[in-house]
Amino acid sequence: MNLSKEFFKGIFRENPVFVLVLGMCPTLAVTTSVEKAIGMGLASTFVLVCSNVIISLIKKVVPDEVRIPIFIVVIATFVTLVRMIMAAYFPALKAALGIFLPLIVVNCIILGRAEAFASKSNPFASLIDGLGMGIGFTLALMLLGAIREILGAGAIMGIPFGEGLGTYTQTVFILAPGGFLTLGLLMGFFNYLAIRKKNR
Amino acid sequence: MQDYFTLMFGMIFVQNFVLNQFLGICPFIGVSKKRDSAIGMGMAVIFVMALACFATMLIYKMVLIPFGLDQYLDIISFILIIAALVQFVEIVMKKAAPDLYQALGIYLPLISTNCAVLGSTQMRMTDYAALSLPDALAHNTALGIFGGVGFTLALFLMATIRERLEQAPVPPALRGIPVAFLAAAGMALSFFGFTGIV
Repeated sequence: MNLSKEFFKGIFRENPVFVLVLGMCPTLAVTTSVEKAIGMGLASTFVLVCSNVIISLIKKVVPDEVRIPIFIVVIATFVTLVRMIMAAYFPALKAALGIFLPLIVVNCIILGRAEAFASKSNPFASLIDGLGMGIGFTLALMLLGAIREILGAGAIMGIPFGEGLGTYTQTVFILAPGGFLTLGLLMGFFNYLAIRKKNR
Repeated sequence: MQDYFTLMFGMIFVQNFVLNQFLGICPFIGVSKKRDSAIGMGMAVIFVMALACFATMLIYKMVLIPFGLDQYLDIISFILIIAALVQFVEIVMKKAAPDLYQALGIYLPLISTNCAVLGSTQMRMTDYAALSLPDALAHNTALGIFGGVGFTLALFLMATIRERLEQAPVPPALRGIPVAFLAAAGMALSFFGFTGIV
C-alpha cells in the first residue's frame, strides 16, 4: 500500500470538488470568503478523518444491511462535537457558517469515503485517505473563496484592497449566481487542462 | 394566513433552496438530465420534506426541548428521523401505491442524504419552536411543502435547459457538469430579481 499515493490522490487526481463533484452545497455556500472556506474545510476534514478511522475500526462488527444508518450516526456524532467546539471557541465563525455546519452530516464526501474506502481498509490507511480528501476539499474551497472574495468584496482574508482596486468589485460574485459561475468556469478550466494533457 | 402566503412566495422564489440557499445541489445536477425524472424526484422531495418537517418539529418540541437535549442531539435525531421516514415511505408506497412506487421508488433512497431535506428541518426550527405546538407544526410543514415546490421548480427548469444543451455546440472542456453550473448561474441571476419582494 502506497500511503503517499493515498494522501495525494485526494488533493489532485481525485479532488472531491473538481473531479468527483461531491459536496457541492457547502462548496458553493461558504466560499464567499477565504476565512469561511478555511473554517468549513477544516471542520469537514476533522469529521472526515475521525469518522473514517472509527468506521474502519468497527467495519467487522457492522452488519451489511444497516451499515449506512450506523455510518451516519458516527458522522453525526463528530459533527455535533465540532459544532460544540466551535460554539465555545469560534462563535463568530459558527454564526457565519450557519446552517451548513450541521449539514456536514449530509456532505456526500464523508459518507462516500466511509462507503468506498474506510469500510474496506485498515484504520491507518483510512486516516491518510481522510486527511488527503479533507485537505483536497479545503484547498478547493480556499481557491473558490479567494476568487470570489477578491472579485466580489475587493478583499482577501477580510483585508480590503482599499480605494484603488476596491472600486472594480462586482458584488454578484459573493452572491448565489457568482458561486455557480465561478465553480462552473473553474471546473471547465481543470477539464481543459486535463484534455490538453491527454492530447499531448 | 398572510404568514403562509409570505412563506410560500419566499420559499419558492426569493429563498429558493437550490438557487439561493445552495441546498440540494447534488440532485439538482445529478437528476436534471430529463424532465420526467426531474418531476419524479421533485414530487418525492416535496413528500418527504413535508413529512420530515412535521416529524422533526414534533420530536423537537415534545422530546428534545423538555429534556434539554436540543443543543446536543438535534442533528443525530433529525438525520435518523429522515432516514427512517424515507425507509417507511418506501415500504408503505410499495404496498399501497405500486404505481407511484414505480415512478418515485428509485429516487427515494437518494433523498435521505439530500441536504435540502435536513436543511429544511433546521432552517426555522428554533424560530418556530417558540410558537404553540399546532402552529409550530403547521408552519414547519408548510415550509417543507413550499421548499419542496421551489426545489422542484428549479429542478424542472434545469432539466428543460439541459435537454436543449444536449444539442448545443458546447466546448469540450465545458461539456456536462460545468455548463450545467453556468446555466444555473443564469437561473440564479434571474431568480435574484425576486429579492426584496417579500
